[in-house]
Amino acid sequence: MDLALSSRDHTEAAERMMQNHTDTARVHRHLWRFHGGLHLPDHKSLSSGQQIQPAALPKHLVLPLQQHIGAPAKPLVEVGEHVLKGQMIAQADGFVSAPLHAPTSGTVSAIEERAVPHPSGLTALCIVIESDGEERWVEHSPTTNWAALDASELRNLIREAGIVGLGGAGFPSFIKLNPGARTEIDTLILNAAECEPYITCDDRLMRERADEVIAGARIMRHALHARHVVIGIEDNKPEAHAALREALARLDRSDIELIQVPTLYPTGGEKQLIKILTGKEVPSQGLPIDINIVCHNVATAAAVHRAVELGEPLISRIVTVTGGGVVAPHNLEVLIGTPIDDLLAQCGGTRPTLARLVLGGPLMGITLPHRALPITKTGNCILALTPGEFGQHGPVRNCIRCGECARVCPASLLPQQLYWHARAKDFDHAQDYNLFDCIECGCCAYVCPANLPLVQYYRYAKTEIWAQARDKKKSELARERHDFRTERQEREKAERAARLAKKKAALEESPAADSEEAKKAAIKAAMERAKAKREAADVAPKNTDNLTADQQRQIEEAEARRAAAAEKEEEVRK
Amino acid sequence: MPTTIISSPHLHGPANVSNVMLRVVYALLPAIAGCIWLFGWGVLINLLVAIATALASEAAVLALRRRPILITLRDGSALVTAMLLAIALPPLAPWWLVAVGTAFAIVFAKQLYGGLGFNPFNPAMAGYVLLLVSFPQEMTSWAAPAGLRSADLGLVQVLLHSLTGTLPAGMSMDALTSATPLDTLKVQLGMSHTVSEIRGGPIFGLFGGKGWEIINGLILLGGLWLLWRRVITWHVPVAVLGSLGLIATLFHLINPELYASPLFHLASGGVMLGAFFIATDPVSGATSRRGQLVFGVGMGILIYVIRSWGGFPDGVAFAVLLMNMAAPAIDYYTQPRVYGHNRG
Repeated sequence: MDLALSSRDHTEAAERMMQNHTDTARVHRHLWRFHGGLHLPDHKSLSSGQQIQPAALPKHLVLPLQQHIGAPAKPLVEVGEHVLKGQMIAQADGFVSAPLHAPTSGTVSAIEERAVPHPSGLTALCIVIESDGEERWVEHSPTTNWAALDASELRNLIREAGIVGLGGAGFPSFIKLNPGARTEIDTLILNAAECEPYITCDDRLMRERADEVIAGARIMRHALHARHVVIGIEDNKPEAHAALREALARLDRSDIELIQVPTLYPTGGEKQLIKILTGKEVPSQGLPIDINIVCHNVATAAAVHRAVELGEPLISRIVTVTGGGVVAPHNLEVLIGTPIDDLLAQCGGTRPTLARLVLGGPLMGITLPHRALPITKTGNCILALTPGEFGQHGPVRNCIRCGECARVCPASLLPQQLYWHARAKDFDHAQDYNLFDCIECGCCAYVCPANLPLVQYYRYAKTEIWAQARDKKKSELARERHDFRTERQEREKAERAARLAKKKAALEESPAADSEEAKKAAIKAAMERAKAKREAADVAPKNTDNLTADQQRQIEEAEARRAAAAEKEEEVRK
Repeated sequence: MPTTIISSPHLHGPANVSNVMLRVVYALLPAIAGCIWLFGWGVLINLLVAIATALASEAAVLALRRRPILITLRDGSALVTAMLLAIALPPLAPWWLVAVGTAFAIVFAKQLYGGLGFNPFNPAMAGYVLLLVSFPQEMTSWAAPAGLRSADLGLVQVLLHSLTGTLPAGMSMDALTSATPLDTLKVQLGMSHTVSEIRGGPIFGLFGGKGWEIINGLILLGGLWLLWRRVITWHVPVAVLGSLGLIATLFHLINPELYASPLFHLASGGVMLGAFFIATDPVSGATSRRGQLVFGVGMGILIYVIRSWGGFPDGVAFAVLLMNMAAPAIDYYTQPRVYGHNRG
């Protein structure tokens, strides 16, 4: 893979300065520990030897409009429209959103609800493209001179390329590259931990495309004005580490620190990696940026490089297809939207022993209900598990409070207490025990001797609390509306009473009003005036069509009374 | 391929409750063998009666509660409770004493609270204390250790005694039993003897009671094995033994004639069993590491206080139950600092 590094000349001077600063500032990085964690059998050798191969071009591509955190994208194309590879087919809708691009050239055959990879097996609106097999690119232009761009222009390029966090969360990357005017970024961390067992897509990316990762890191650093750049990689990937080290030396980028960290699940968790590399903790309910740190996945960095220096939007990603249930594990470069079934077929198909298909790793991945689902931007691994790969699964028993879960919890929570309160639907107490600091890494459930599905209980409690918060908001709004309505009604009542009192006073004062004759005459005159007015305008009030004669009379009388009253009021004022 | 949605993680480690309980059982075996050798066949009969009662009463309650019986029995917790209680009971106890204690432990102290995991008190100790306060005479008549008794009973004779209360002609309970070292110490201190005088008696050995110190050594061995297999952690045993040893040293230094040596305290009675097998019961103990230290220290102090100034020769069971009561409060006040929350 040759690399567009022509921007190098422009940035050389600036980066040299930073490099000097870095060299003097930090010679050796002290590593910290996070609480708990697990040493897991990693099963990475199943696929780590497999070079990245392009997956075959699929016939149909299914592109969910939401493949990221935030609002779904808005379609820009219509059914039947021909699209080119890399053409934007849906635009970001709002700030926290990401656009979508056609992964290949072809025809939009449908925009409809399709099954998507979702924990609950939901459907969502998708754009379906029938590929024409020509792979014709839309016109796209590399930005070689990116160092001359200011940060917001760079972010815009990255946003338009539809780049989201490829490590799994799928948060729009340009937002994480926007620290705000007053925040200085101390450290940009590239997450190369890949701590979940089985997954090797980042490992292969670093081994084969180290230059791309480094190029992306430089662009990100430029956008963030970060003082330090650190790549954190687990020490179970010596080849990837060597490849990065070699590339850093060759590109003379000693300003980027490459740090090997001990293999311990979940080191790849953003909060855990930050703790290991900096000793700092992301505040509860906060973001890394609150402690002047930004963390991106290495694959995201490579995607940023491609978006900026090659002009290619995010239309493909590397996917590890592995597990004992697949005949020949692979690392495939897959167009977004490719059906998972196609990928399994390219890996020799599945074995009859296949028991569960998982998207993601074995600790945090989601179960796929079937294989006709598409790969999305966040789909890093297709895991075909056989019964022997689940580990020991005895009967579910009561919690014996052994505390193993608390011993391994990387957030230092008390999972047994969270479980207790979640199970009792005592959500207030669950929150007292910091339920929302749980990252759902699964360590607690892994070690639980009672085989309790702990994480499931936490997700349930979180969902219930969110639902309650929504309901509360709704009922507050309803109460506000009700209060407002009551207040308005009371105000109107008071106003009416005041008017009435005033009128009464006026009537008492004016002797003319006493005579019945005068009243009748006034009504009659008013009725005539109203009739004349209506005829002149020749427009009937909207809600008084098709009235019976009786109703019409009532209305006329009412209007006449109103007119008379108005006249009288005028008189009184005079 | 099943299409049910199963939430992550999709991987489980090797730990399960049955394995944990089985390991506790294995760890008890050396001490049980030692007890049988030292105190005779009565220990074995107690064990059998206790195990049979525990399994039967647990099964009965589970049937009444309409809960799965076999799966629950297989968790091994009833077995552990039965074994712990059995080796804490006098070796020549009548069968009904063992049965009543075990049934109470399983039915009242465990199942009526909701079964394993919900019992606030250690079932074996609850059963033990019930027996101690209800049948003090039966509970304090201990079999004399081997070498200190003038007569021996065979297996059948012990069985007959357990079932019917009759001894072979010409044998009396006095010939078979003796006061325990802790009992002796307590009584004789009350009669104004000094510790060194009392320790000169025939039932005392190197540190503690003759034979008793071996049993406590074997229990320590099993406890160390549990530590090595990571069934338990060091926190509770170290806290119990450390605090008991420290406070005993303190008083022993102040007045060695009135207060026995720390080694005597550590090697006597149920301390080792309590420290490694009872106080480490996760269900009724404290959960957090700091909490376990507090729990253990509290227990060590209570044991010493009850032994030295209380009405009972040994205080392990009471200390455990008292600390069980305190465990929820200890857990509440010893929560670890959660990631991302302020220190302190």
